[in-house]
Amino acid sequence: MKINQQKMEHIVIIGNGIAGVTAARHIRKKSDKKITIISGESKYFFSRTALMYVYMGHLKFEHTQPYENWFWKKNNIELKEGFVTKIETDKNQLLFKDNSSLFYDKLIIATGSKPNKFGWKGQDLKGVMGLYHKQDLENLEKFAPNKGVCKRAVIVGGGLIGIELAEMLRSRKIPVTFLVRETSFWNSVLPTQESEMINRHILEHQIDLRLNSNLKEIISDENGQVKSVIIEETNEEILCNVVGLTAGVSPNIDFLKNTNIACNKGVLVNLYLETNIPNIYAIGDCAEQTHPIVNRRPIEAVWYTGRMMGETVAQTICDKKTEYKPGNWFNSAKFLDIEYQTYGWVFSEQTKSENEGCFQWQHPSENKCISISYDKNSHEFLGINTFGIRMRHEIFDQWLSEKKSVEHILEFLADANFDPEFYKSHEAEIVTKFNQEMSTNIQVKKKSWKRIFSKV
Amino acid sequence: MKTIKYLGLGFFLVGFFIFTMAIFSGYFNFTEQELDCYISEKGYKSERLKEELLKSIVTDEKLSIFEFSSKVRATFETSNRHHEILISKYNSEKNWTKKGEEFQYKVSGKPHNLSFEIAKKAGKGFFKDQPTLAWWLTLGLGIFGALLFILPNVILLGKPVIKNDGIYHESATNRGFIAWLVLIYLVVFYLLLYFMPDYVVNWTFIFDPISNALNGGNASQWFVYGFLYCAIMLVMGARMYIKYRYNKYQIIRTTSVLFFQIVFAFLIPEIMTSLNMPGYDFKNAFPLDYDFFFEWNLKSLQNSGAIGLFILVWGIILTIIIVPVMVYFFGKRWYCSWVCGCGGLAETLGDPYRQHSDKSLNAWKLERWVIHLVLIFSILMTVVTLHCYFSGTSSLLGIKSQWIKDTYSFLIGAWFAGVIGTGFYPIFGNRIWCRFGCPLAAYLGFVQRFKSRFRITTNGGQCISCGNCSTYCEQGIDVRAYAQKGENIIRSSCVGCGICSAVCPRGVLKLENGPEKGRINPTKILLGNDVDLMKLLND
Ligand SMILES: Cc1cc2nc3c(=O)[nH]c(=O)nc-3n(C[C@H](O)[C@H](O)[C@H](O)COP(=O)(O)OP(=O)(O)OC[C@H]3O[C@@H](n4cnc5c(N)ncnc54)[C@H](O)[C@@H]3O)c2cc1C
Ligand code: SF4
Ligand code: SF4
Repeated sequence: MKINQQKMEHIVIIGNGIAGVTAARHIRKKSDKKITIISGESKYFFSRTALMYVYMGHLKFEHTQPYENWFWKKNNIELKEGFVTKIETDKNQLLFKDNSSLFYDKLIIATGSKPNKFGWKGQDLKGVMGLYHKQDLENLEKFAPNKGVCKRAVIVGGGLIGIELAEMLRSRKIPVTFLVRETSFWNSVLPTQESEMINRHILEHQIDLRLNSNLKEIISDENGQVKSVIIEETNEEILCNVVGLTAGVSPNIDFLKNTNIACNKGVLVNLYLETNIPNIYAIGDCAEQTHPIVNRRPIEAVWYTGRMMGETVAQTICDKKTEYKPGNWFNSAKFLDIEYQTYGWVFSEQTKSENEGCFQWQHPSENKCISISYDKNSHEFLGINTFGIRMRHEIFDQWLSEKKSVEHILEFLADANFDPEFYKSHEAEIVTKFNQEMSTNIQVKKKSWKRIFSKV
Repeated sequence: MKTIKYLGLGFFLVGFFIFTMAIFSGYFNFTEQELDCYISEKGYKSERLKEELLKSIVTDEKLSIFEFSSKVRATFETSNRHHEILISKYNSEKNWTKKGEEFQYKVSGKPHNLSFEIAKKAGKGFFKDQPTLAWWLTLGLGIFGALLFILPNVILLGKPVIKNDGIYHESATNRGFIAWLVLIYLVVFYLLLYFMPDYVVNWTFIFDPISNALNGGNASQWFVYGFLYCAIMLVMGARMYIKYRYNKYQIIRTTSVLFFQIVFAFLIPEIMTSLNMPGYDFKNAFPLDYDFFFEWNLKSLQNSGAIGLFILVWGIILTIIIVPVMVYFFGKRWYCSWVCGCGGLAETLGDPYRQHSDKSLNAWKLERWVIHLVLIFSILMTVVTLHCYFSGTSSLLGIKSQWIKDTYSFLIGAWFAGVIGTGFYPIFGNRIWCRFGCPLAAYLGFVQRFKSRFRITTNGGQCISCGNCSTYCEQGIDVRAYAQKGENIIRSSCVGCGICSAVCPRGVLKLENGPEKGRINPTKILLGNDVDLMKLLND
């Protein structure tokens, strides 16, 4: 057995995030190759997306770990703690911060992202932090344990992580100022109706939302700790003890700088997730597609992409060369109390093209709304955003693949509803509005199990 | 608002304190006349017993319940021993008539229960004399305070959405010392209730007027327990309504458990008793209702005419037809988290502790062993009992009917379901009994696992493995393990509380009843990836 193992190909994965771990699991399913996962952050895989719940007291850190600690040994996946500083591609060797080294036969780079810092003055002061790594959480506990220690926090950058950080701090009643560069929250992605609903919702949570505001600089006190920030547009100074930098993330690949692995912003990969060096692959947040897939960005820093790339690269590594072909786009998030799901493509007014029509409905009093985009000429359904209403992934995936018409979507909308039982559903109101606007006469069909399961 | 809350907490604690201290209050003794009266009422024949009781509890001294109890228990023991010695004496003398006569002088029963009965008559003091006032000072103040503490949450909790902020920061809900104190209190409470009811006889005085109004008799410790159970469920139910007020499933479910507890488990049996019928809880299904087939119950049903027969038939139909058929259509949740009293307490009083269930694989293994052993135990016990009942023997295959019933009642009925099942809430989670012990749950679990339309659907590839669902699953199911693989959750232990679905930040989980086809959906590659790859690997 032992001898066999030595002969086995050694797959080394740098990064134990969702991408690296998914790859390892799938390689293990298909082979008994030797697998080592390296991480400089934490020995065991944890879910980054759940960091916020630890600070908010919903979870303990251990709850963010999807697998029990024995899982790795049982599946013969070796875990190595350490920080890779260099890859010697000619020798198939990794060098570590502690000067140790490790040979690989095949290497998967899955090092994820790091928070963006745009060279602001004071960006490295004590009390300035991103929200990405486990260490950031520990930092936050240190500088913002409660509203007594942290009298105010300023968050820079209005994206998904920014709003999560705001929610976290508010859960401990810490006053928050939220600097957002755009004219309305996330309106490069969301249509106006939705972006404005989120603006209002942010204010409802007593968050001091500042639209059209950029950070100019961060000012230090005598101990090298944050004292205040200055806003670019108004030169206003805001006193604070913590600054959260959440203006997006970028691939965490500084350690590749002096290697011959081709990089742009991220590690460049082809459709097979191969880099320019044979036997080296890159997946997850740190991978950049040389030829982006339709509508998708070259770097997709989302959970699901990391997972799908992991699933795919495992096939290739196990001698079944497989192209990375993500299916229909989907995503989800939560803006404070409002759940958001999206299937297919809905673009904001800023980014959408000529032929896209958008039907919208909003609940008169609750935080619920939907936007359905379709092709104005063919009436093909292109995508849906839903806020405060849960939708069935499988159904929308099917509709998108089958290129159903927007009328079809509305007629059978009840099939797609995924809210808990007894929730009030809004299909009737939605379709009535659609009929009015489009002069159609669609009748809502009652939910049918038969249709829902027609696929299976 | 905050002030009201703390004021409420204050009231509650005062009421709670008075209630607890009630145990130590009042005094106990008999006059000679009272003793005579009691003895003739009970039909005790032993002269020795009377003599001893005269010596021990007919006194001007104001005995505390503890002194009183120990005297009474000692007296019964002395008297019984006296007669036993005589029995063995007559036995060795082969004086059978005398020996036979002697048996009637022995008094059977658990010492603390005998003592409870006398104490109930011999008690004096504030709680006995002023039960109504006492009720207001204890229960009244407690309930009022608790509501005052809970109701401001409508405003304090902010918007009606999931609120788990700070659960792991609070001592009470994060296994801190408050949680341990509550555990100790609950455990002691159950130990007293089950094994030393005489110590809490003062509590029963508080409830005498209510008991009399309902069933025409004075309150027993079980009446106290039943009433407290309902009161606690109502108060904590109010908390549940507020916490999950945006979630209609939770609202309806909570209403349902409250209804079944108060009407079916409490009021109907009490009213039936007052009408001289056997008090029966129509929703309590065998084998959870483990003494349904005990001789005393069967006899009492037989002697109750038409209603007795109806109960007998209903009880059997409930277990073998209604329960499994409903599980087929709706999953075990219809019973465990919509109807059952144990589930009802777990979902109200136990809700703040649901996160403490153990999610490890080992706990799951243990669960399957223990719960199925209890099921086997309960069936074995019933078979033995029924065999003995119909054949008139006292044992089957060397298992004594009385022994197995006593053992089950003690180990499972009292220790597992009560002391551990509820007492351990604050540290080990709120469904210990339902998960590890309940034989009915084991039975429903089989049906749910193998033949049911119920499942928790996982929403394609939307899971982000955050772990909220697993953490808040009171049954210790690692929901995330399924959700992150895109697999539906079909587990025999799921009680369908719906909390996993409520806490999921990505809308991944939905409890639903649908066609059996497609209920189980093992996936290797999740929805979202290359369609061909998914097909290839998942088929
Ligand atoms: C707060 C937060 C919330 C999020 N919420 C969502 C969400 O709701 N939905 C969604 O789709 N996405 C979300 N994301 C994004 C998502 O978490 C990431 O896309 C995903 O985790 C990326 O996974 P990965 O495996 O590519 O990399 P990572 O998870 O970043 O893992 C990379 C690992 O490699 C380690 N590493 C890096 N360099 C080295 C080195 N040189 N040597 C050793 N180890 C190294 C890192 O320390 C890290 O542990 C969120 C992200 C954050 C931070
Ligand atoms: S799986 Fe969900 S519904 Fe079932 S018991 Fe656990 S939390 Fe409740
Ligand atoms: S709560 Fe939802 S997103 Fe989080 S692990 Fe569970 S199913 Fe997945």
